Amino acid sequence: MTVSADPFAAPRATGGRAPDVFKRGAWVPMRQFDENEIVDFVVVGTGAGGGPLIAGLAEGGFSVVGFDAGPYFRPLEDFASDEREQEKLYWTDERVVDGANPLTMGGKNSGKAVGGSTVHFAMVSLRFRPEWFKSRSALGYGADWPLDWREMWGYYTKAEKALSISGPVNYPWGPKRPRYPYRAHELNGAAVLLARGAEAMGIKWTPTPLATVSAPHGQSPPCVYRGFCRFGCSTNAKQSQLVTFIPRALRAGAEIRDLAMVGRIEMGSDGRATGVHYHREGRWRFQKARNVVVAGYAIETPRLLLASATNKYPDGLANSSGLVGKNLMTQSNQAVFGTMAQEVRWYKGPPSLAITEHWNYDDRKDFAGGYCWMAQGPLPVEWVSIQTSSRGLWGQALRDEMEKYNHQVGLKMVGEMLPDERNRVTLADDKDQYGLRVARVTYSWGDNDKALIQHALGQMQTSLEMVGATDIFRQEDDTNHLAGTARMGDDPASSVVNSDCRSWDVPNLWVCDGSIFPTTGGVNPSLTITSIAMRTADRIRALAARGEL
Amino acid sequence: MTDRYPGYDVLAKRQTQSWNEPTRQVIDRRLAIPHGPRFFSPAEWQTLNAACDRIMPQPKDRPPVPLPAYVDQKLADRLLDGYRYAQLPPQGEAWRRGLGALDQAAEKAHGGPFHGLPPDQQDGLLRRMQEGELADAAWAGMPCKVFFEHRVIPDITHAYYAHPIAWNEIGFGGPASPRGYVRMALDRRDPWEAVEAAPGEEAAARRKNDRVR
Repeated sequence: MTVSADPFAAPRATGGRAPDVFKRGAWVPMRQFDENEIVDFVVVGTGAGGGPLIAGLAEGGFSVVGFDAGPYFRPLEDFASDEREQEKLYWTDERVVDGANPLTMGGKNSGKAVGGSTVHFAMVSLRFRPEWFKSRSALGYGADWPLDWREMWGYYTKAEKALSISGPVNYPWGPKRPRYPYRAHELNGAAVLLARGAEAMGIKWTPTPLATVSAPHGQSPPCVYRGFCRFGCSTNAKQSQLVTFIPRALRAGAEIRDLAMVGRIEMGSDGRATGVHYHREGRWRFQKARNVVVAGYAIETPRLLLASATNKYPDGLANSSGLVGKNLMTQSNQAVFGTMAQEVRWYKGPPSLAITEHWNYDDRKDFAGGYCWMAQGPLPVEWVSIQTSSRGLWGQALRDEMEKYNHQVGLKMVGEMLPDERNRVTLADDKDQYGLRVARVTYSWGDNDKALIQHALGQMQTSLEMVGATDIFRQEDDTNHLAGTARMGDDPASSVVNSDCRSWDVPNLWVCDGSIFPTTGGVNPSLTITSIAMRTADRIRALAARGEL
Repeated sequence: MTDRYPGYDVLAKRQTQSWNEPTRQVIDRRLAIPHGPRFFSPAEWQTLNAACDRIMPQPKDRPPVPLPAYVDQKLADRLLDGYRYAQLPPQGEAWRRGLGALDQAAEKAHGGPFHGLPPDQQDGLLRRMQEGELADAAWAGMPCKVFFEHRVIPDITHAYYAHPIAWNEIGFGGPASPRGYVRMALDRRDPWEAVEAAPGEEAAARRKNDRVR
């Protein structure tokens, strides 16, 4: 068996073809556009937001080029079963973190690959609680979204179908939703213990809706429960953008440019964007475009908008509100761990096979926002990171604790953090390998965030105690997903884009990723990002049909 | 040393359906790492070796996992984490400064370089670093606690638990593609997973672990 050439050494999507991610050494045809041809859309980023939009626009007959700074992986040939090696999926370029609670970047929240973070995400595919789209007016905190939950419910259904989500027949919380397209996965030991704990507490639980297939789908085989989901799926069971919307986009005539870092959006004298400057194969290039969509997620999106400042736009593009880069949100990702007499062997299967969303739907609490918790299955490197950072262990004491690995059990939250303008992305003075200023990411938890975390830690600890776990300890400091920094809204003074993800200031500049979230909810964000991207594609097609682009 | 999984060797699965070709190549490269420094000076290397021995002590009945070499590799090859605490300089500079400052603290407290001290004195200095109690001109404003938590500990311990020897010690199944796992329930083991020895049952566990493929 041959292993393909280094995906980092040179672009693979060239010469009228792109990698066939389903067949070793094979290629699929790819349309290519000349840099001097004015394409209808360039989309910067190919993840949960960029992927569906590139596909939707190409299927609508637009000429589209999708850029990604990362490589075009062939999962069957490039992916090892190894935590360290697979760090190659992460955005590991330098970023500076500060504030009272500096964010851990890299694998926790940032991908650098065609397919973006969905290549390494844990596949948890959840819908927002309907009230979160109006959390200011319905629940009294955060900000309202300019979207209606009933319309979103329809797009969630479409996204779940497009990603072949495996989930339960009846989901226990929220308004009725259709049956998931694929049956739920079986539970592993860690998930069984979540279920037992929830039942002992009298709260509901369910198998987690996951974007990895439980039966064959197209060229994807069913999940084999190898447990390395967060380090790239080497069998293509995982329904990442790399194996779903990106192949669709290519079939519809889109071009993907891998290893292509966009550094600046060019503005014309008429106040419209004219294209993007990007670095590929050792030099800077320029692609002309009628529309520019930024889909780089909550750090790279504001970084690009800020870095595109000109004399006419000294504070960056789309920034008349002053909100580009502000209201960065992460999600609290604290956990409680314990030791069981039984062998749990939590490394088997997807890490989050069971979930309770109880506290997302119960408002009898003295803080704003909600959270869910899920079963856990950290592999050894992540596990030692938790042991050392939570308990300060090293030396023989650390070795002794690590030996209990196969008996560990844990519950980890995904909690809502509130928007705060002081949490933000700015440009540092340091430069990266492209000569671009790196992002400075500033984050501090607020009092509500801390209250929510303490509530969740108490609940999760109770659950572990009720299944008989011993030596229980808390991981008090961890966060994961990102949102905010280019929020959507109804008012140009208090938002960056409108409900169509179109910037208020520059009519042909759009943002389509988690940056547009006004609030972040208490569930993993990827399904919401993908649903909004599918809606945005529909909206752009409708606007174009009316001559309003 | 304890031997919870006697005779279990994750490398015995190298030619099975649990290891694909990319994994074999990655682990081969990891096991073949050169042991000498490319990044550190000889003095820094001595200090780093001594620190690794205390942060992650290893049994004397086998060759050690060459932890200093993995730290050196990360710095020489500029393998970044994706973020840098604003209080810390870039990773290579942080390590040079931190090791130098640790040696100076050893001189000041015990009159000799860190690598020459007895283990309890080394541990005492590392604990003071962890508690944020080391601060003099040699640190040049770098908080020793942040250096300890975000450079020393992760760079050393992540390297250890990325090594097959560590996987054997904790009974981790290791690479698992494309075969994956079948028996997901509590207290269930696939035949290609490690057998934990109950007290007094070490010989039986060893026999079973010899057949783990």
